[in-house]
Amino acid sequence: MRGYIIRRLLQSFIVIKGVLLIVFFMLQMTGDPAGVLMPEDSDEEDIAEFRKEMGFDLPIHIQYVNFLIGYKESKGVLRGDFGFSFRQELPALGIVLEHFPATVLLAFASVLIATLISIPAGVLSAVYRNTWIDHFSTVGAMLGQSMPGFWLGLLFIMFFAVKLEWLPTSGSEGFEYLVLPALTAGLYATARLTRLVRSGMLEVLGSDYIQTARSKGLIESVVVFRHALKNASIPVVTLIGLELGILLGGTVVVEVVFSWPGVGYLVVDSINSQDYPVVQAAVALLATCFVIVNLGVDLLYAWLDPRIAYK
Amino acid sequence: MATEKIEATGITLGTWEEDARGPSDLSLAIRDLLRRPTALFGFLCLIFVIVWALVPEWFAPMDPYRQNLDITLKAPGYVDSNGFTYWAGTDQLGRDLLSRIIWGSRVSLIVGFVAVLISGAIGITLGLVAGFYGGIVDTIISRIIDIALSVPFILLAMSIVAILGPSLQNVILAMAIRTWIVYARPIRGAVLSAKEYEYIVGARATGCRTPRILIRHLLPNVLSTAIVIATLYLGRMIIIEASLSFLGVGVPPPTPAWGGMLADGRSYLDTAWWIAVFPGLALMLVVLGINLFGDWIRDVLDPRMKRLAD
Repeated sequence: MRGYIIRRLLQSFIVIKGVLLIVFFMLQMTGDPAGVLMPEDSDEEDIAEFRKEMGFDLPIHIQYVNFLIGYKESKGVLRGDFGFSFRQELPALGIVLEHFPATVLLAFASVLIATLISIPAGVLSAVYRNTWIDHFSTVGAMLGQSMPGFWLGLLFIMFFAVKLEWLPTSGSEGFEYLVLPALTAGLYATARLTRLVRSGMLEVLGSDYIQTARSKGLIESVVVFRHALKNASIPVVTLIGLELGILLGGTVVVEVVFSWPGVGYLVVDSINSQDYPVVQAAVALLATCFVIVNLGVDLLYAWLDPRIAYK
Repeated sequence: MATEKIEATGITLGTWEEDARGPSDLSLAIRDLLRRPTALFGFLCLIFVIVWALVPEWFAPMDPYRQNLDITLKAPGYVDSNGFTYWAGTDQLGRDLLSRIIWGSRVSLIVGFVAVLISGAIGITLGLVAGFYGGIVDTIISRIIDIALSVPFILLAMSIVAILGPSLQNVILAMAIRTWIVYARPIRGAVLSAKEYEYIVGARATGCRTPRILIRHLLPNVLSTAIVIATLYLGRMIIIEASLSFLGVGVPPPTPAWGGMLADGRSYLDTAWWIAVFPGLALMLVVLGINLFGDWIRDVLDPRMKRLAD
């Protein structure tokens, strides 16, 4: 187990360094980082001077090392220095971290909704396979997977906020502001999870020890909940964890629809105003979160099912 | 003639040699398609929208770019002074929404299909190479997959399009850059197990060169896996393209794109619901159709998956 943990930690470290390489190249892809980072009205001379000052005239691999560990005044991204936002003239990472709690809150609320709906729905449709309950949940999951999240969000606003006036259209001043964004992001995840819970349950329900449990004369609810669900829940727990990782970086569109002030909303805003240090810091932060959540899920999985670590 | 009579029973077996071959796989598959209403519905949706995208001028009642500021935000069914009916209403610039939806299918399908093809080609190649060679090549490709997987898709695609400039090509590029990994991973796995099979060992023993083994022997083996993944991702690609257009980093206006139309509709949710409803409905029906049809393709190509799914 310890060997497995060390191996996974090392892998995660390499992945994070790779992510930073992508983040580094985002600015290089513009062709002229100095020109992009300087105000639009600066003349050639200023840009050339800035280029030299920031080290953008150095060979690319040295630039990457400088980007990681720092150059002149910059402390480097490994110590959290992504430079300053042009618009707010504040440290880029600081601005991103300010928006981060809103994204975490939305992601957790969405995962909670998805879990609360998908586990009963998945279990019911596996137990009552090929009945109307199963068909209903399958059709629901299929529709949910085919519906673009932002469109669902628009429909929710139109119905619950504009027509019925039950909930606010956008903002984040209180709990009622969280309901529609969390439902929108959560229902998409629900569609995915329901199908996975269903197939996981079906696989377990068909196994020998379930037959044994039934032939011992146990009542069906004990078989389903004590024996089957317990075993089917191992992959489901990991899937819920993965879903959380995906949602941390995947609520961008929902955040924009509801003007929810999370990292995704900030990135869209920053991209539109070409505030690249903020975009870089946000992508690096969300990707690092994804890696850490995945690492946590893998270790949890190995702990729940010790066979994994030995594979 | 292969008619045979079994002496003891007196039963005539008929033309067993011809019958033994049975109906072809294709005709079996089509028969199966006709028996499944959901798959048939999906197939018809897909065909319908492909025809729309190929010849939108046959179906669109009006020029999708023609603005008429006298008739902005008119409700569905509005009839103008010339007697022309706007079945889906008009948008904020007085353009016919139905015509724009029909023309908008083009962007969605082009981006969806081309992105799936490009990412499939990259993913299959790298998956084959990683699985076949193993060792350091496999380690490098696998790490690249891990890295690409951890960067949020929409954020990466948005950043790339914003940096390179919004255009059809850049949207496709931004999507393919991230999606090849969904092919590479399972195909690598499939190759890892397939390369131990006797026919591959045999091919090597007879002196087959590596490219030939990869293309002639391993590729056909993993192609069905790739097609299954492609059907899963075509719908997602179309949704992601619409999301990019919705966020303002997709195909630039005035080219009609469903995501962009929905972004317009967002400003008129309380006055003109149709702008935010109809393009989304078209989008959902196409993706639903692709998913339903894809389910059927999956069952035909990979009966094992069906068993798992059931």
